[in-house]
Parts: sequence; C-alpha cells; structure tokens
Amino acid sequence: MTRTRWFAVHAELSPRARSLLGFLSFVLPILIWCVVSYVPAVWHPLVLITDPGSVDYFQPDMRVDRATFAQETADAKAQGRDLPQGVAANPIYLPAPDEVLRAFYTAFTTPPESRDSPWLHQSLWHSIQVIFWGFVISSIFGVPLGILCGTYSPISRLTEPFIEFFRYLPAPAFGALAVAILGIYDGPKIAVIVIGTFFQQVLIIANTTRKLDGALVEAALTLGTKNLQLLSRVVIPGILPDLYRDQRILLGWAWTYLIVAELIGTTTGITWFITQQARYQHFPNVYAAIFMIGIIGLGTDIVLAQLGKRFFPWDRTAKA
Amino acid sequence: MNAQKTLPSYLEQSDEVRARFDRLKSRDVILKVKALGKTFETRKGETVALKGIEFETHRREFLCIVGPSGCGKSTLIRILAGLETQTTGEVLLEGKPVRGPGRDRGMVFQGYTLFPWLTVKRNVMFGLEVNNAGRLEAERQALQWLQLIGLEKFADAYPHQLSGGMKQRVAIARALANQPRILLMDEPFGALDAQTRARMQAYLLEIWRKIDITIVFITHDLDEAIYLADRVLVLKPHPGEVQELIEVPVPRPRQMGQFISEEFLATKARLEELIYSSEAETEEGDEPYPVMMRLAEAGDNVE
Ligand SMILES: Nc1ncnc2c1ncn2[C@@H]1O[C@H](COP(=O)(O)OP(=O)(O)OP(=O)(O)O)[C@@H](O)[C@H]1O
Ligand SMILES: [Mg+2]
Repeated sequence: MTRTRWFAVHAELSPRARSLLGFLSFVLPILIWCVVSYVPAVWHPLVLITDPGSVDYFQPDMRVDRATFAQETADAKAQGRDLPQGVAANPIYLPAPDEVLRAFYTAFTTPPESRDSPWLHQSLWHSIQVIFWGFVISSIFGVPLGILCGTYSPISRLTEPFIEFFRYLPAPAFGALAVAILGIYDGPKIAVIVIGTFFQQVLIIANTTRKLDGALVEAALTLGTKNLQLLSRVVIPGILPDLYRDQRILLGWAWTYLIVAELIGTTTGITWFITQQARYQHFPNVYAAIFMIGIIGLGTDIVLAQLGKRFFPWDRTAKA
Repeated sequence: MNAQKTLPSYLEQSDEVRARFDRLKSRDVILKVKALGKTFETRKGETVALKGIEFETHRREFLCIVGPSGCGKSTLIRILAGLETQTTGEVLLEGKPVRGPGRDRGMVFQGYTLFPWLTVKRNVMFGLEVNNAGRLEAERQALQWLQLIGLEKFADAYPHQLSGGMKQRVAIARALANQPRILLMDEPFGALDAQTRARMQAYLLEIWRKIDITIVFITHDLDEAIYLADRVLVLKPHPGEVQELIEVPVPRPRQMGQFISEEFLATKARLEELIYSSEAETEEGDEPYPVMMRLAEAGDNVE
C-alpha cells in the first residue's frame, strides 16, 4: 500500500480522507464543547446549589462562585449548622450540547412569550426574506455593472475609483439614514444589506470578468463577432461559472450583515428572537438560533454548489 | 560525417514545378501587403517590430512565414487578422484595405482557443451563428466539417475532453466553417508532440487541397515550412524585414519521404543559412551571451 502524503503542497486526498477530515472539522469543536460541559474537572468555575442548607441567601438552582461556596461551607461547618449542597457548574451563558440540541426542537414548539409576537419559524422566514431581497436588489445592479466594468475600460475608470472608496464605508453606519428615508420596517434593513453587498460585488465581478482569457475574445473577433454579441456570446458565457462562484461567496457576506441590519428600526427576524431569548436568559435557545443561521447558510451554499455542477458541465475548476 | 554530395541550388526547379508556379502566379492576388510597418511604444522607448514588409499571396497559395524568435511573425499575422493596427503601410484583401477583424480572414492560434462552454459542434457553428446563418443550416454545415476532420463522434463533447491535436482540428474547422477567403495560422501545431504534429500537417494539406482557401502559416520549424508551403517568406529581426521569398522546389503532392530529397535539403540549407546568419547578427548586436558560472560539482563524463 502506498502511503498518502497528506502534507505535500496541494496534496490530492482520497475521497475517504476528504470526508473523514470534513467530518472531523465538525466533530472536534463539538468534542471540546462536550469536554468543557460534561467533565466537572474542566473549567466549571461555579457551583449550582441543590440544597441551600443553613445559608440564608442561597437558593436552589442558584449559581455561586466556587470560592464563596467553599467559604460558606466552612463557616457552616465551624458553627455546626446544616451544610449547603451543590454541584460544579458552568456559567449560564454556556449551556451543554444536549440542552442546545433539545432547544433546536423546543424553540420551534414553544409559543412566543406574548401572543402577537412571531414564532421562531416566522422570525427565521422573515430574516430569509430580508436577505433574499437585499441580495437580489444588489445583484440586479451589481452584476451587470461589474461585467461592464470588467469589459470596457472607460466604464471601469469612471466608476471603480469611487466604488473602491465607498466600500470602505461601513454599511451599518448608514442605518440611521436608511431609517430616515425608508421608515422603520424592512426597507432600511434591506438597504443595509444592499450597501454592504453591492460595492464589493461590482469590484469582484469586474475582476472576474477581466480574468477572461483574451485569446477567446480575439478568436471570436476573427470569426466575425461584433460589439454586443461579443458580450452576450463570449464574455458572459466565458465568466459564468466564476460569476456563479462569486455570487455564492457574496451571498455568504450578505448573511453576515443580517444581524446588524435587523437591529435597525424595529428589531425583527431571527435577531429579534435572539435578543428576546437572551433577555429571558434562555441561552440554549440563543445558541440554537445562531447555529440555525449557520446551518441555513451552509446548506444553501452546498445546494448552490451542487446546482453549479449541473449548470456548468464544462467547468474544470469546479471541485467537490 | 561523410563527405557530402553537393546539393543542387534551391533556385533550380523542375519543369513541372516551374509550370505550377507559373499557374499559381497567374491566379488573382488575394492578399497584398504594402510597405507595412509596426512600431510598439513601450516604457523603455520604441520597438520597431516590422519595417517595410512587402509581399503578395495568390489565390489558393500556401504561404509559410519563418524567422527567428522575436522577428515579428506574430505581429505580422495579427495585423493581417486585424487584431493589431499597423503604424505604416497597408494590407489589401482582394483589393480592399483591411480594417479590424472580420469573417473574411479566419485565424487559428497557437494556444487552444475553443470556447470551453460550447460543445465541439457548437464551437464549429459559432461563426455561422454570429453571422446570422440559421441554426439548422449552421448545424448541418458544422456536421459536414466535423466529418471532414474526422471528429463527428465528438460532436457533443466539450473541448476539455479532447486531446491537443483534436482541439486544433476543431479550431481549423471552426475557422473554415465561416468560409473565409484566407486562413491565418500562427504556429498552430507548436504545442503538439512530433507524431501528432506530422499527422496534423498531412491533415492540413488534405483540407487545403479539397477547398478553395489561401493559407498563411507561421512556423519556426523549417521542415514544416518546406513540407507545407508553396512559397516561404523569410523574415529577419530588429527590425522585422523581408529577407527573401523562396519558391519551394519540392513537387506536389508532398509526402514525408521527400524530407530527404535533394530539393528539400537544398531549400532547408538555404533557410538555415538565412536564419542563422540573422540570428548571429542579433546575438552579437544586443544580447551578450551570458557567462555561466559553475553552480554545482560536475563530473567530466557528459561530453
Ligand atoms: N504588445 C507589444 N508591446 C511591445 N512590444 C511588442 C508587443 N508585441 C510584440 N512586441 C515586440 O515586437 C517584436 C516582435 O514580436 P512577435 O511576437 O511578433 O515575434 P515572433 O516572431 O512572433 O516571435 P516568436 O517566434 O517568439 O513567436 C518583439 O521584439 C516583441 O518584443
Ligand atoms: Mg509568435
């Protein structure tokens, strides 16, 4: 058997090794989380009171410092009073994996605290809509402009320096302005996602377009291709797989603007759910919601990647 | 080496060959290049790539252009294709000056320039489609071309599934499907291995015999030039100028066996003489030969 050299530069891994490593990349962090949660000797800086004993300010389910607990126990022992009982515990903001796992289910089945506030799935759906419209509006303008910039130098010189400047302005900083113009509902949230995505989008797609092999354009020219046909028959099909990849990356960035966007005006969507649950100290729910965003994001990307392989059978750079 | 038999002059032509050239030169002039010059402006100053190039090509002629590296062969053919504009002079195609690229001049490049997102058939259809031939008509013609180059089985394959030689055959079919007046080829077989290259040369001659096409073919392989060409245009570098236009005295139809015929060897000797003399000139002129240091311990057993 030949041993695979895993640490050769750009080593080709066998499919088995690839899936094993991909699996481990999730299992390892979860394993660390389990150790910190379930092994009392690791961290656990607090004591969860099970029986207050004679200590009058202790209550069941209260978390106190280990030092305080030891002090009170020693005092009680010295004075011959009932001893308090407790178990080592982590702070409330670090729930154990099983609690979070349960929250994945219960968060959907628990009715909202007040009757007119949305259920979790409604919050999530609202967030997805905000992202979707933000990304679509940005793409409607950003993709064509990017392609034009990458194709025609005058357009590039006329727009790109300003866009280059504008992309450094933090999108959330436009929140207040967006509220003043677009009201307090979804308008300003979508606007922030558009501002956060659009400028990067133009520059990235312009760059991708510029990387198209010039020889293909020349070949088309010698075949009698003119002006707009050059754009529609050579430039656009030529960059399509890369454009698609860019869009996937940009969609990921749009997600990262979501939370800030949803804080603008009236807090809504998954952000509203998260802040609400944090206020009631339902931390397992908070983690579940955060992980849900990750799962939706990664899931979408995997689906899009698979679709990409269907759409572009000629694309050689597409790897699993 | 054995004492060499003296070769006849490359200028000597058999009656048959001379008659062929007379017939060739009585055909219409299809391409006329007049006092063509090209100067590149660079940061380091001006480079004169071409100067005072003059020549004519007749209908159905096979013209090869040879010359040492950097003598402006690619620049010349790109000007003919309209991909580059000349600084001085004129290119006339059937009497009309060339302005920009057009379907009347097909081109095959050294690199592979098939459109990767189109199947082989759609690649061949491309020129017809952009020139408003109907889809069905384009498809019918494309299939005929694929048959001619023997790749009809690969009609629905993508270019990345083809070998280098097949890609270039498709590129030739793609250019010819457009029915250009003239086919420009810039070292089209340069990236192929020796056997594939030989096969491609035979293919090209076969295609050229079958259809009404004039070919301008750039190469730095002298055997290739003599094997393919009616006439060979020899350029010399710095600046690129015409050194000689040689009529190849090797009779047609050409076969690989002729590589050792006297006419062939005489022509090759002449080409070598022209090219090495101009190469030697430039080497003394602007590029001092680098003095090589010994970088590693070397035995004395290699030579
Ligand atoms: N775009 C350009 N800008 C500046 N100089 C150029 C440009 N293109 C070519 N040249 C110069 O013109 C000269 C001729 O170049 P060209 O590519 O035509 O040579 P060539 O005969 O095709 O060489 P090779 O056999 O290596 O392909 C060279 O000296 C080259 O440096
Ligand atoms: Mg060249």
